[in-house]
This record gives sequence, structure tokens and C-alpha cells, in this order.
Amino acid sequence: MEMLSGAEMVVRALQDEGVEYIFGYPGGSVLHIYDALFQQDSVSHILVRHEQAATHAADGYARATGKPGVVMVTSGPGATNAITGLATAFMDSIPMVVLSGQVRSDWIGDDAFQETDMIGVSRPVVKHSFMVRDAKDIPEIMKKAFYIATTGRPGPVLVDIPKDQTAPNVKNPYEYPKKVKMRSYAPVSRGHSGQIRKALDELMKAKRPVIYAGGGVVQGEGSELLTQLAHRLNFPVTNTLMGLGGFPGTDRQNVGMLGMHGTYEANMTMHSSDVILAVGARLDDRVTNNVKKFCPGAKIIHIDIDPATISKNIMAHIPIVGPVQQVLEEMLAALDEHGGEPDRKALERWWEEIDGWRKVHGMRYETNEDGPMKPQQVVQALYKATKGDAYVTSDVGQHQMFAAQYYQYDKPRRWINSGGLGTMGFGLPAAMGVQFAFPEATVACVTGEGSIQMNIQELSTCLQYGLPVKVININNQALGMVRQWQDMQYGGRHSQSYMESLPDFVKLAESYGHVGMKITKIEDLDGAMEEAFALKDRLVFMDIYVDPTEHVYPMQIADGSMRDMWLSKTERT
Amino acid sequence: MRRIISILMENEPGALSRVIGLFSQRGYNIETLSVAPTEDSTLSRLTLTTFGNDLKIEQITKHLNKLIEVVKLVDLTEGPHIERELMLIKVKATGAQRAEVKRSVDIFRGQIVDVTSTVYTIQLTGASDKLDAFIGAIGETQVLEVVRSGVSGIARGEKVLSL
Repeated sequence: MEMLSGAEMVVRALQDEGVEYIFGYPGGSVLHIYDALFQQDSVSHILVRHEQAATHAADGYARATGKPGVVMVTSGPGATNAITGLATAFMDSIPMVVLSGQVRSDWIGDDAFQETDMIGVSRPVVKHSFMVRDAKDIPEIMKKAFYIATTGRPGPVLVDIPKDQTAPNVKNPYEYPKKVKMRSYAPVSRGHSGQIRKALDELMKAKRPVIYAGGGVVQGEGSELLTQLAHRLNFPVTNTLMGLGGFPGTDRQNVGMLGMHGTYEANMTMHSSDVILAVGARLDDRVTNNVKKFCPGAKIIHIDIDPATISKNIMAHIPIVGPVQQVLEEMLAALDEHGGEPDRKALERWWEEIDGWRKVHGMRYETNEDGPMKPQQVVQALYKATKGDAYVTSDVGQHQMFAAQYYQYDKPRRWINSGGLGTMGFGLPAAMGVQFAFPEATVACVTGEGSIQMNIQELSTCLQYGLPVKVININNQALGMVRQWQDMQYGGRHSQSYMESLPDFVKLAESYGHVGMKITKIEDLDGAMEEAFALKDRLVFMDIYVDPTEHVYPMQIADGSMRDMWLSKTERT
Repeated sequence: MRRIISILMENEPGALSRVIGLFSQRGYNIETLSVAPTEDSTLSRLTLTTFGNDLKIEQITKHLNKLIEVVKLVDLTEGPHIERELMLIKVKATGAQRAEVKRSVDIFRGQIVDVTSTVYTIQLTGASDKLDAFIGAIGETQVLEVVRSGVSGIARGEKVLSL
């Protein structure tokens, strides 16, 4: 058998897993591994400028491809900088393997230089973690790490590797395991057939049904099947923030995103429904509003891979634990077998009602005649310039909501955002990960002047690797979402939500070697977008000044039901 | 409602911290905890008591089951079971109290395992409420020190928690 050092084993395991890219930053504890990486070329290492960005880049890569993202960081600060990225991936169930260096085994616990108990620090934000206690275990640990990260409900897995376990002079036999067997980990592979049939019966009887599709549909490769099912049944579909693109955004049956900033029609449809088919969704607080007032007349069918998600916030009447794809497949087969029809008459009336809601309060905003442009206009211009076919990553705040509301995602994995953790600084590094995965694709990062500054150093990484990401900086000179809440709930006292001393983003972009554009007038917007996206091989930073007073609507009213919403600054339901 | 959850888990470093961490992280409470390896040295048996309604306990058990190192678990309070806790208790025993304490120990079927001229050290096993009752019976003023092992439990009859 081949004899390898621990460091070589780590790298070989990455090769055996078919890893294309590893995002990372070197440091003392991982130098042996970096040396082993140097001596091969099948795994490309991407040098970021901050470890947090490494995790978000790997995360963006994973969201766009479905393959696990891989990260390497050194011990201590390198490892702790990766925590936000781990937590981001954990909340959104993204498969990721993070390798962190650790101080020598015999120094652990001695408060050695750059020592942090990374297993302990990361515990609440990883699916699982391993510490290498013997170099011989590296192949098995790596295999398990990838297996756990990618199966069941996916999530990040951490492997903490003390430096001595990677020492170049200690060689051990290497054989990468073909299979993993773990007596304590057996993700569900099939939903319960009886439950699936029961659910189908309920769907056939439904008079006011709705399909509520979450991130699990995207991550679980269930989009096509869900679309088929929705079309067969002619049911309305609403997507969560994480589920956008899981059902085509421009489809007539799509009533838009639901929840806190969901469309009027989506929230009304949910509230008035008699059967909700929740697929790969968590029924979390950004969707349900007050759980006690949640959809009072609805029976809930809940499909999810994670049993702990079912009946956590809202009791499910028919729980189905299983992979979204397999359950939907079986449901479609059962539908064929059933041969029956849903209640077409009732559905006709239901659609009339929904179309009525659409007409009354479809997505809209007021434009300024002479004043500053609106952030919504920027997203619409982006949609037009990219013909709705870009990968769009976002940061967190108002711009994120506008990008979710006004860009129609027709395909899964096109909309990439930190929905669960809400991590500012996610957008640019995530866009890098997407661009690495699809070098020819159009990748836009919709951000704001607040969020972009949380990882702006990655403009340097983009230059190093020639990533032609388009940064759409929706600049309202304020932390817009904070400001909106302060307007609505704190008497307009804008405590620390104003951004003074903004950099000149055009010069900043240029100093990083990119193209910068500043747009202040609506009449320049479309032309500038065309120009930016025509620069196929350059990163373009578009600094677009918008109305700082704009709010995101609709907005659910706290502690109300799903249908209690502000529709503008003055109208409410 | 009080529940006894018994967990069979991998006897590996870090496994215990994950179980404990889960409770603090999700706002659940651990009342008692006892853990030791089983006859199979690769497995540990952890028994904990907690309080909660059915919904909360269901969430707790689901989340525990998701932990990679947890192999199997059971809520013992769902069925007939035997519950034991060991208590070592040091009490003042002087003058007339000596005989009084001795009588209480006999009534509760405990044993005096160490004696000085002023102190008895008593060993007592039983369900938690029996141990509480003993402390009540001898009067709290007598008590110098209490050590309790936390609850261990096992199902009655044929039912076993094993691989």
C-alpha cells in the first residue's frame, strides 16, 4: 500500500473526492498541507483575503453546483474567522467541508500560539466535527466528513487537524475507503408510502390548496418534479426566500415569495388556504408571523428530510420525512395510479380569488419624477440587462429583499443568498464561488454600501483570478433595513444607521484593478447596465445611488397573521 | 412533565459535549445527568432527566437523534421502567439524634457507611423522590453534605436499549 504523510493524505483524499477548488488561507498549522497542495495540480487552491470569505466562496460554489464546498484555514484566528461562514452554511443546510489546522497535539490545552478549541467553538454551527488524533485515521475521517456533509440534511462538517498529524516525515498506509458505514448515522432515504398516499388524498380533496416550496426543493434537486406536480394539479405555488427558482418565477402559477416581505397574493393565498403542501421548508418565523394566527383553516402536509424540522414551529397534520426528490417522485407516481382529478371547479374559483389579489395589490412602488431612483428600478434593470438568466448573489438587507422580489428566477440555484443567518458580507465571496464553478456564466452580486464593505477586500481575490463578477452596489447611503425599522418602530430615530464617509467606490474598484461606474440618474441606468455586462472579462463595480428613504413592502405586521401586512408607508391590510 | 431519556452513544471524546451543548443551545434544561461506558466499551450509556410537554420532548429526542454520535435513545418514562439514584449524605449525629438518624436510615433501607463521634455518612439508593423524602425526614438542619449520582434507568420486562 502507498505510504503517505498526513498532509499528503489530506490532499489525496480531496483528489479522491473529486474536489476542484479549495478556498483558503495559509498559516503555521497548515503549512505541511499547503506544501502537499503545492506539489500537485488537480485540486486548485484559491487564496482569499480573509477566511470568512473562503467559507462564503465555498458556500456559493456549493449552492450553485450542489457539490460540497471545501475550505482550509489555519488554527486560531484563521479558524475563528471561518465561524460566520460555518454558521451561514449551517442555517441554510449547505454541504461544506472545512479543514482547520490545529496546534501540535502535545500543545493542545496549553494556550499555545494560535490555539483555539475549534471543535468547541464551532460545535453549535456544524453538522458534525472531527479531530484527527492519529494520522492513520485521516482517510476514514475525510470520507466520513464528505459523506456527512452531503447526505441527509446537508450541512458543514469541520475537520480539525493538529500540525503533528500532518508531519511530512511520518508516513502511513493510504487507502481511501470506498464506502462509509456508521451505525449512528443513517439518513432517511425514503418517505413513508402510506403517508404519501394520505397526503395525495388530501390534495385531491383540497378546495383552496397551495404549495409552499422552500430551499429543500432547490438543494434536494426537486425543482423539476415539483414543477410537474404543480402543473398536473394546477395549484398555486409560493417560494420561500431560500426556495426562489425552485419553481419558475415567471410561471403563471407562481404567486411570488411569501413571508415577511412576501407578495400580497402569496401571503393572502397562504392565509386563506385549506391545504398547504410544505416542501423542503422550515415554517420559520420569517414566514409564519405569529404562529398562533398562522393559516387558521389549513391542513398542513410537510415534506422534509429532517424530522426535527417537522412540527417544530407549526404542527403538521401529515408529516412525511424523506428526501424531497424521492417523495415527489413517489407522489407523482401515486397520482398516476390514483387516476383521479383534483377538484377543478373549486380550483377555478380559487384562482379567480388569487387573480383578484394579484390585480389589487401586485408588487409595486412609486417612482420619483425628478428625485433619486428607486432601488427596485435597479433590480428591474439588472433583470432586463441579464435577460433573467444570471446567477444572482446578494448580501443582506433591503437590497436582498428587492433582489428577491423584482428578479424572477426561473431556474434553481440561480438565487444565492444567506437566508437563515442573514450574513452581511456574504454576497461578493459567494459570487466568486459561483464564478469559479461556472466561469462563462453571468454572475451579479446585488449588494449595498453597508454589506459590501464587510468583505470588500475580496476585490483583490477577484483580480488575482480574473473573476468578471458584476457588483451591483445599491447605494442608499444608509443601512436601509435598519433604517426602515427605525422609521416604522422607533419614531424615525436613525440610531447608527447612517453611513458617513463612504469611500469613492469607483476609485476603490479601480485601485483594485477593476472597472468602476457611478450612476446617479435613472436615464443612465439601462445604458450603464448594458455597458457593464458587455465587459465579459472584467469585474465591474456599479455604484448606483438610490433613494435613501425607500422601504421594502409588503411587510408583515409583527405578531399578526400572514395576511396582516403593510403594503406601503400608508396602506395596510 | 418529568422525563427520563436514556441514550446509547459512541464512547468518543467530544460526544458528551455535543449532548450537553444541544440542551443549552436550544434552551432545554437538564435536571440530572449520569454517564458511563457499557459492557461494550465502544458505547456509553447516558441517562438524563428533563422537564417538558410532549411537544418539547419530541423536539429534544429528534435533535438528540440527529447528533452523529447518538446511536439510539429511549424516553423511559413512556413505559414501565425502573429508576434508581444513589445518594451519599453526611449528617450531624450527636446525642439523641444518633439513634433517631439511625432509625430513619433503617426505615429508608439505607446504610451507614462511615461513622465518627459526631457524623454519620449514609448511602441510600432509590427513585429520586425517595431520596428527597429521606432528606425531608431527617430534617435539613442535620445535613452537612449531599452527593447524588443522577438518575439511572432501565425499562421493565423484555424491552432493551441495545444495538
